[in-house]
Amino acid sequence: MVRGLTLLLLFQLCGEIISRSLDLPIPGNVMGMGLLLLGLMTNLVDVKWLEEAAEMLLSNLALFFVPAGVGVMVYGDLIAAEWLPICVATVLSTFVVMAVTGKLAQKLESPEHDDVG
Amino acid sequence: MWVELVETPLFGVALTLVVYLLAQLLYKRVGSVWVNPVLVSIVIVILLLKASDIDYRSYARGGDLLLFLLGPSVVALAVPLYQRRAEIWQRKRPILIGIFAGSLASIVSASGLAWILGGSREVVLSLAPKSVTTPIAISIVERIGGVAPLTAALVVLTGCIGAVCGPEFCRLIGVTSPVATGLAVGTAAHGIGTARMFEVDRLSGAVAGLAIGLNGLMTTFLLPVLMVFTNL
Repeated sequence: MVRGLTLLLLFQLCGEIISRSLDLPIPGNVMGMGLLLLGLMTNLVDVKWLEEAAEMLLSNLALFFVPAGVGVMVYGDLIAAEWLPICVATVLSTFVVMAVTGKLAQKLESPEHDDVG
Repeated sequence: MWVELVETPLFGVALTLVVYLLAQLLYKRVGSVWVNPVLVSIVIVILLLKASDIDYRSYARGGDLLLFLLGPSVVALAVPLYQRRAEIWQRKRPILIGIFAGSLASIVSASGLAWILGGSREVVLSLAPKSVTTPIAISIVERIGGVAPLTAALVVLTGCIGAVCGPEFCRLIGVTSPVATGLAVGTAAHGIGTARMFEVDRLSGAVAGLAIGLNGLMTTFLLPVLMVFTNL
């Protein structure tokens, strides 16, 4: 558990260092996810070290978004000023994206498109 | 005494955990997607803070501790990706094309709709990266000249919509494959959508986690190109 959490934080730290020193638009945690995947694929990291910590964090992922959402209260006035375009665009566009990505991916996944295997 | 306690991290952490646990109980009892625990918790915490006239900054002392765990959680998304790597690699083409199309559709539809409805330039630009995970969305919007706090709020709102109706909406339009559903919800609703997908199906969750990173990357490079074409 502690070993897993330490590894995750170290990979995040490596990600932060790379992303900041190269001034990349990718945040450190996303970079850390890529680095960890690389580490796992090359067998530098054993997935067993991480399974417990990853399971604990990912099964409670939703909880960590609550404070981020509460932060919205500070910007209530900003949203209220142009609520109509903001709300309509946000809601409709979310459904558009799900429809486009879901339909397209499912179509490409089907056997008749499976030319690459 | 109360004033002092509210200023400690204990307040924000305890409040968030208690509200979240109650919201989960409610979710299990009611069984409707509309009482999504994240959405309900956010609304209740905001209402409680407003009603008791407690400043957001006091809450954030504890809230930020929980928020910190989001960092290693994003790194941990590599674990399910690795565990399901064979299934994912086999579907690399639908995954990459699906996320690319979703990224493009998100920018065009969000900004386009806001523009048609008379939104200001700031709002149109701030909406463009709304399906991207918060840290990437903020760095994008600062570069293109939108309002970063507004984008942060819209990203959370988008995530809640995707988490509340994502899997149900996919089923409604005939998207049934776990990979396609995970991709759709992960691309549209980033981490909050991914959290919901992990409850539904592990493979969907893994793919949704991949979509967070890839959609962020694609939007980062697509948006400046689209802005040149539209003269914004």
